[in-house]
Amino acid sequence: MRFQFVLGEVFSGLRRNTTMVVAVVLVTFVSLTFVGAGALLQAQIGKLKDDWYDKVEVSVFLCPQGKSAAPSCAGGEATDQQVEALREVIRTELSGEVSTVWFESKAQAFEAFEERYPDGYQGTQLTEADMQASLRLKLTDAEQVAVVSDVLSGRDGVEIVEDQRAVFEPLFRTLNVATLLAAGLAGVMLLAAVLLITTTIRLSAVSRRKETEIMRLVGASNLFIQLPFLLEGALAAVLGSLLAGGGLWLAVRFMVTDWLERSVDWVAYVSEVDVLRIAPLLVVVAVALAALSSFFTLNRYTRI
Amino acid sequence: MIRFENVSKVYARGARPALDQVSVDVERGEFVFLVGASGSGKSTFLSLVLREQRPTRGRVYVAGRDVANLSGWRVPTLRRQLGVVFQDFRLLQNKTVHENVAFALQVIGKPRHVIRDTVPEVLDMVGLAGKEKRMPTELSGGEQQRAAIARAIVNRPQILLADEPTGNLDPTTSLGIMRLLDRINRTGTTVVMATHDDEIVNEMRRRVVELSDGVVVRDEASGGYGEREAILPDVGSSPVLDAPGTGTRLPAAPTVRGS
Repeated sequence: MRFQFVLGEVFSGLRRNTTMVVAVVLVTFVSLTFVGAGALLQAQIGKLKDDWYDKVEVSVFLCPQGKSAAPSCAGGEATDQQVEALREVIRTELSGEVSTVWFESKAQAFEAFEERYPDGYQGTQLTEADMQASLRLKLTDAEQVAVVSDVLSGRDGVEIVEDQRAVFEPLFRTLNVATLLAAGLAGVMLLAAVLLITTTIRLSAVSRRKETEIMRLVGASNLFIQLPFLLEGALAAVLGSLLAGGGLWLAVRFMVTDWLERSVDWVAYVSEVDVLRIAPLLVVVAVALAALSSFFTLNRYTRI
Repeated sequence: MIRFENVSKVYARGARPALDQVSVDVERGEFVFLVGASGSGKSTFLSLVLREQRPTRGRVYVAGRDVANLSGWRVPTLRRQLGVVFQDFRLLQNKTVHENVAFALQVIGKPRHVIRDTVPEVLDMVGLAGKEKRMPTELSGGEQQRAAIARAIVNRPQILLADEPTGNLDPTTSLGIMRLLDRINRTGTTVVMATHDDEIVNEMRRRVVELSDGVVVRDEASGGYGEREAILPDVGSSPVLDAPGTGTRLPAAPTVRGS
């Protein structure tokens, strides 16, 4: 009885305020699309980084098993003695530049690889033997990359000294700026959404003033009086968030999976799975928005 | 049933109090007329009972509860024991008579079978049997007030408050409404009715509490309306109308106030 009655009130309220409700749906849709886009950009950055990215500046990849183009790898896979010699060099010659050294064995590299590419890499099936052991170096001063690289490059057992940041940092900076932009727009739109939901609830409350007046007088509880308004705002906002989730899903499906992934295929991209991971978050944000606006409005317009 | 102990109500700081040290005791099952000019404090009295307002000083007890100190979430429980009727009926125009009465039960969460049983019974009692499906606009004023009374008593309240229920009705129709209120009173419901209608008060011969400028000036067990001129001063010849609530009265204004 109660449930049915409240639902009836909600739908009659939505019908009475159709234009406002549509406005709320659209504004939350747009604002949450920006929120979701920002989240997806950050997820994309996460996909591009490997586990070491935030920890180290320089990766020294050791000679792999089998063939390698580097002349320093003519002797085949790096031996334990060569690794020990490299560590010694780092300890003595680079003691001022390098603060920490980690050794990643082939087994550890394979483990990290499988975690990052659970479905294999570009359709190839790699094994532990295809992996490369490496020394990961954290520097005391990030600017000293060139010095470290000069000292270690070309030594026996070293295939290549790599500074991944040099490659990825500009890209990440772009993605981060895009995220900030999305977040800024999202912020403005979210503010608009809150104001709009507030206005909608207020209009709805005014147009049903007679009903709420009678409800108060016959002793309906506060919750019972306010619930229809709360649900109205929440329903509209959730509808907007679902639209935002759907929009992001379509965008990722057609722009990333169907197009980007085919044209530039050596990068790991965000996928529909990531959108599904973000979507519940958007719904939560929508509900929070509606709750926030209701909290500010209802106590003023439907007081006992 | 209703007990006012030295109740004062001041709306705005510094203004003349709407009620000033009012002490009234209404017994269970009583029928009380509340009379007085506009601005004398009748409406404030009723809204204090309903706890739409809290007294500035003093205590108000309704059905054994200290209403002034009642916390907000208990107010609905209090109001479920009260029924209210207004001069302007306040029916919901988009609902039928039956729906209007059922609404009062729906919003306090009564189960459907209770509503199905009680509403026709009450409509029958107020004399609206057969008109359940009418919209308020299709009813006469008297019938609309009967519907409003049905809504007020459908939850069997202990107290019925009526704020000038006959104010919009002609004398014959008013009489019908008064008979109905009297019948409700005889079933044990305490009735407090604010009114300007001297004929009705004089005919019913029930307890009369007269308020003037927020003070109880008369409390008679089976009184009449009193001198009409005293309660509603005829200000036709006076160039200045005193505005209730301002507290400042021009000494030049002729006041016929007496008794």
